[in-house]
Amino acid sequence: MTAMCDVAFLLLTFFILATKQKPPEVLSVKTPTSVSSTAAPEKSILITLTKDGKVFLMLGDDTKKAQIIEDFNTTRGLQLNSNELAKLKKWEFIGLPANKLKSALNLAQEIPASQQEGIPTDTTNNELSYWMRSVTNAYAGGDQRDLEKMLLVKGDGEALYPIFKNVKNAFKANDLFKFRIVTEGENVPLGSELYKTGKTEKK
Amino acid sequence: MAEVDTSSGGSHKKGPGVKKSKKLSTRVDLTPMVDLGFLLITFFVFTTTMAQNTAMNMNEPKDDKDKEMKVKNSGAMTILLGKGNQIYYYYGQLEAEKVSEQFKSTNYKDIRKLILDKKNATPIDDLMYIIKSDNESTFKNAIDILDEMTISAVPPGHYAEVDMIPVEKELIKQTELANGIK
Repeated sequence: MTAMCDVAFLLLTFFILATKQKPPEVLSVKTPTSVSSTAAPEKSILITLTKDGKVFLMLGDDTKKAQIIEDFNTTRGLQLNSNELAKLKKWEFIGLPANKLKSALNLAQEIPASQQEGIPTDTTNNELSYWMRSVTNAYAGGDQRDLEKMLLVKGDGEALYPIFKNVKNAFKANDLFKFRIVTEGENVPLGSELYKTGKTEKK
Repeated sequence: MAEVDTSSGGSHKKGPGVKKSKKLSTRVDLTPMVDLGFLLITFFVFTTTMAQNTAMNMNEPKDDKDKEMKVKNSGAMTILLGKGNQIYYYYGQLEAEKVSEQFKSTNYKDIRKLILDKKNATPIDDLMYIIKSDNESTFKNAIDILDEMTISAVPPGHYAEVDMIPVEKELIKQTELANGIK
């Protein structure tokens, strides 16, 4: 009995720890569900749409992060010095308009996510498309499909459609036509067409 | 199962002349603890797998005015996503005199059957679902309808997201007013 108890608690401890392995999310987003069965890649360029319509950018590929940020700095003429660039690189996500980055980088503390206003995506000033240009520049020369696999849009179900459309426009402006949407997995409904064609078939 | 013997507490007082009570075993019954352990394990096993994030592929068309696709009236179903999780739909093209007949509303539960019926009633080459999202519909709505397409196994290329035209916006507004959707 004691042995069994030991095993049980060992497993319990393992699973508790394993669940905490996932990095805590700064931006809480409740994603919609879909029947898609492909797992979301870990390394990604993630665009998060929050409930109140703010857009955040997370550059998850550390090998290119510096390059993207430097490219954005030069193309948008932000005039960030090397110190500020290094600081920006440490940010987990970017949720500020370009013109406010410099002052924010000189603050002693990082601005919490809830107080960041998000990257502007409206039609007159779609800064996200400038960011995406820097991203495409950084990945230029490589396989376009690798980049496409990494492009993720994660949105809160309650975010309004026009914001998503703006994000799509930012992609389109840079000839990025394929991307992925992060959703929560859901079972294929019984009796549906997809169910009949076989659940194992991956789309 | 584990039962604590309380009877030995009050009545058997140790005193002079009273025989020392039987030595109690220090072993505790572990069954409930193991039960609890396994219950928690099962719980964590389930929660870890359920929260798996999945990725849905999106393919956007290139905006090219010269390559606009012609769609057969007989095979087209236009699905309009409105606010308050409402769906409006019509088949073919809107005709001025028959608008009230054509323009119908539904919800996300019933749309599956409508999509399927249309799919079964139309030759696959003519089939086209046109999805238009209202400015007040949500991200979830847009994803849900794309998911419905996958669920009903509509082949890729037979559905597309298109911008709404003013006539449809006006119709949605009117229907929303009539149905009291805020």
